[in-house]
Amino acid sequence: MADALVVAEVADGKVRKGTFSAISMAKKALEALGGSFSILLIGSGVKGLTGEVAGFGAAKILVCDDPSLANYTAENFAPTVAEVGKGFGLVCAVASSFGKDLMPRVAGRLDAAFAGDCADVSNEGGKVLYKRPMFAGNAYGYCTLETPIQVATARQSEFDGAEPSGGESPAEDVAKVAPGEAASRVEFVKLEQVKSERPELSEATTIVSGGRALKEQFFQVLEPLADVLSSGIGASRAACDAGYAPSDFQVGQTGKIVAPQLYFAIGISGAIQHIAGMKGSKCIVAINKDPDAPIYQLTDYGLVADLFVAVPELVEELKKHKAASA
Amino acid sequence: MKILVPLKRVADPDNANKVKPTADKVDTSGLEWKINPFDEYALESALRLTEDGKAPKKRLGEVIVVTVGPKETETTLRSALATGADRAIRVDAEDDALDGRMVAKALQSIVEAEKPDIVLMGKQAVDGDTNQVGQILAERLDYPMATFAATIQEEDGGVLVSREVDGGVCWLRLKNPCVVTVDLRIVAPESVYSLKTDKSFKHNDGVRFAALPAIMKAKKKPLDVKTLGDVAAGTELTAKYSKFEPPPQRAAGVKVADVAELVQKLATEAKVI
Repeated sequence: MADALVVAEVADGKVRKGTFSAISMAKKALEALGGSFSILLIGSGVKGLTGEVAGFGAAKILVCDDPSLANYTAENFAPTVAEVGKGFGLVCAVASSFGKDLMPRVAGRLDAAFAGDCADVSNEGGKVLYKRPMFAGNAYGYCTLETPIQVATARQSEFDGAEPSGGESPAEDVAKVAPGEAASRVEFVKLEQVKSERPELSEATTIVSGGRALKEQFFQVLEPLADVLSSGIGASRAACDAGYAPSDFQVGQTGKIVAPQLYFAIGISGAIQHIAGMKGSKCIVAINKDPDAPIYQLTDYGLVADLFVAVPELVEELKKHKAASA
Repeated sequence: MKILVPLKRVADPDNANKVKPTADKVDTSGLEWKINPFDEYALESALRLTEDGKAPKKRLGEVIVVTVGPKETETTLRSALATGADRAIRVDAEDDALDGRMVAKALQSIVEAEKPDIVLMGKQAVDGDTNQVGQILAERLDYPMATFAATIQEEDGGVLVSREVDGGVCWLRLKNPCVVTVDLRIVAPESVYSLKTDKSFKHNDGVRFAALPAIMKAKKKPLDVKTLGDVAAGTELTAKYSKFEPPPQRAAGVKVADVAELVQKLATEAKVI
């Protein structure tokens, strides 16, 4: 029997939503591991956040609160995460840029096998079987990790966030482990945050994405639609590469993986690399003037039209619909 | 400046939708082998970091490429040598007998022997999509790292790197020796600067291609072969894949006639607005 440890991701003084997807993965992995799960809060000023993760049924909330952990670097965090992780059979986090950076480093420290960006876990005769997307989402592979401690990350869009189950998990302080030489040779310079009133792509229920066809009118066309839908805005790699949209808008294998309730692909032809990032969406709508665009092979509703005409029309129709159903 | 660039060959990523997952493997037959695109970007970055931007291009340091794989992967190494790398190392191994942890251990031995200033590699290989080797390698070496690099500027004894992270850009300053894993935008014209490259210089967009004389010359560049036993003795496969399957196919839906029909269907059929 073994326990699982979830490493919470904290940003801007809050536990990030993806953490609850990692909790879901850990809970499911317990069907094979048999034990309980605990949550590690690590950072500066994280002591006050125990309430955000206390009601999920964790055996313990382990808290490493240290002023030297104010700015995240993997070199500074990994030694403590690994030390705490030594008491567990599975150490996991969400596959955000935080989890993707940190967790393989933790695995390296523990000489543990690693499964990244998992879409599911199941019980294979008492072992955790990890289901992972490979080849840009064109295949799923199932693997087991044969080291005493296993390290994994959860793809946020594939695990519904855990819901509070009541109760109160006891909190326990853990000390920061002195980092190795690597930490003294990395300096955190700054984090340039992109502030937006719109929902983040990984958390949005509706996303409006645009392709290269929008040209310099990317925002002019998409913003009114995003406003009426209260949606996030995404972009294809082509639109980002051409400079029509900032690079952190990119949805795709090499950008963000999203799975909202409703996804609009506007002027996006449907390159494999884009599809890999959005095909998990519940309902997909495409507007493209090319009737043979590959995107139509996976859309629920396709509209063949000039987007510069159709999108403003759509905004008006949606406003009417909203007014009528209000 | 000495840079080590680990490379992996992958089945043509532009045709990744043609791979056939079967019960015990992902069949990539019929697809050409290509350098993993992110590794190709890492190689381009390494070449830029060992140049001054002036023509003709002169190598101001050493770029060593390394791969772990069977004999055929020497083709991949030769093409890297043709674009400007100085020498190559191949660690002989069968693809199926490897996982990220083993590759990281093999690379660790090579780094310890070669002592490069920077290990520059792709953020992930687009076949396994595991995104782990750079981080594991950095930890095993106790080196600082910058993953998902969008820009790299050489500084005295280190590098200043911008990384694309959720919600913004994170800047890290590393002291050499270090590990940097690169993301897409590293091959943009203004992404990589060596100390000797004028800040007003703009590189060509994307990676360079080898000219025919360089391809001929690359055949004579040194290529060492090592065994997995030489560099990762006693390491066993610990990420064991037992089955593969294709993703569920989405059925193509309907085409709607106009915007009004679209809104009506979204409201009454899909019930998403």
